Amino acid sequence: MAAKKPNETRIVITGVGLTAPNGNNLAEFRKSLLAGKSGIQKSNIRYMGEVLAGICHFDPLKYQKKKELRRGTRAGSIAIYCAQEAIADAKLDLACLDKSRIGVYLGITEHGTVETENEIYEIKQFDYNVKYWSHHHNPRVVANNPAGEVTLNLGITGPHYTLGAACAGGNIGLIQGLQMLLLNEVDLALSGGVSESTGSFGIFAGFKSEGALASHPDPEKACRPFDKDRNGVVVSEGGCVFVLERLSDALKRGAKIYSEIVGYSINSDATDFIFPSAERQVECMKLAFNKAGISPEDIDIINTHGTGTIEGDPIECQAIREIFGEHPHAYMNNTKSFIGHTMGAAGALELAGNLPSFEDYVVHPTINLDHLDPECPLNNLVINEPKRIDKVDYILNNSFGMLGINSVVIAKRFEE
Amino acid sequence: MTKEEIKSTILEIIAQIIPDEDLSDLKGDIPIREQVELDSMDFLDIIMELRKRYGIEVPEDDYVQLATLDGSVAYLEPRMKEL
Repeated sequence: MAAKKPNETRIVITGVGLTAPNGNNLAEFRKSLLAGKSGIQKSNIRYMGEVLAGICHFDPLKYQKKKELRRGTRAGSIAIYCAQEAIADAKLDLACLDKSRIGVYLGITEHGTVETENEIYEIKQFDYNVKYWSHHHNPRVVANNPAGEVTLNLGITGPHYTLGAACAGGNIGLIQGLQMLLLNEVDLALSGGVSESTGSFGIFAGFKSEGALASHPDPEKACRPFDKDRNGVVVSEGGCVFVLERLSDALKRGAKIYSEIVGYSINSDATDFIFPSAERQVECMKLAFNKAGISPEDIDIINTHGTGTIEGDPIECQAIREIFGEHPHAYMNNTKSFIGHTMGAAGALELAGNLPSFEDYVVHPTINLDHLDPECPLNNLVINEPKRIDKVDYILNNSFGMLGINSVVIAKRFEE
Repeated sequence: MTKEEIKSTILEIIAQIIPDEDLSDLKGDIPIREQVELDSMDFLDIIMELRKRYGIEVPEDDYVQLATLDGSVAYLEPRMKEL
């Protein structure tokens, strides 16, 4: 085991705010994950007609005025809701904090697609005359928009930006906040990821053109990672923001500590725009183990990235098998099978859904797995029903994205 | 449109742009921005709505004439009376 670090260099999660297609806070989300409740529904989108999507049903007016909603973006609204919920969950009083020492770091898959599509649709009604193009366009599409809207809403004057990292964005937002705390750039980080992808026909159409958009007569059965009948990604929106603090600060204020982030890594495949690389995923997991000072045998739960595509799932399985062997100690699950692919939010949301396992010792399952694909042989995959286990000390969270970006986060049961 | 119709149209546009504000006591002769929370981007929304709905172009030099509700009605009346 690694030598114990000083508390000033240990980073812990002390608050969770989230919205997922099947829950608008951690308790609801967890309840759905243990009950096998999907959040995928039919939806309609411009030019595409009926699609399957994961739509969130939080109340945006809980923290925003109607005017803010009209002016801002859906991603901004999701980010505000999650940030406010995370702060409330952490039992922090913003009025008592130095707001210049709070940073907002949010992973995104993309941003601005929804707003640009809307504007083009709007000026189409005016024969594409650009004098009808909205003056709100630029502040809506700048890449920092979702994080910036959080600072406007909360009066935070510390740094804010987003991290464009395709579908690894949620993990990478978390890692960025952790690093900024270690660098003493901030005293509190609001870190995670958001996605408004369900508002963009282009995202759906893009996956369809790739032959990777999921379809199924029953929306709740559409996302089927590792099942031999899987046929692609279900596009979802969502968000998850963690309050991160140095352990020394968290202990000082008597905060509830969900977990300590002990390992993390980011690397690149450098091989293809879309197809992942098992070799680099293996490297990425090994880098995270090294950072954490642990071995694969120490991991108890693996949240797989598996999106339900024909090509992607077997590659992750290959990488996991290479590290964990044919008979791993760790149990594995998949969150996308419930909520679809929440894109930039996925890494953070999927970690959040597993954090309660440190307390209840239950591993939520992978649902919609009726026939395990022989190309995806994963022993210890928790299938369709939750499983109680004896020990949960470490959770590993995989999150990979297009252009070959890989990320791994290792969360540890908190012990002083 | 009559002056009253123009006035209610302007109020309806403003209500759409700043839906959290109570416009029932808006005074006609006091700058709108002194009475309700309406910033420069909101003001540009009013200009855009007039353009989209009625094809009315308000040159930037004339923006000052739309500062009050009464001023707006007076400025728009010749442009909207035939609508």
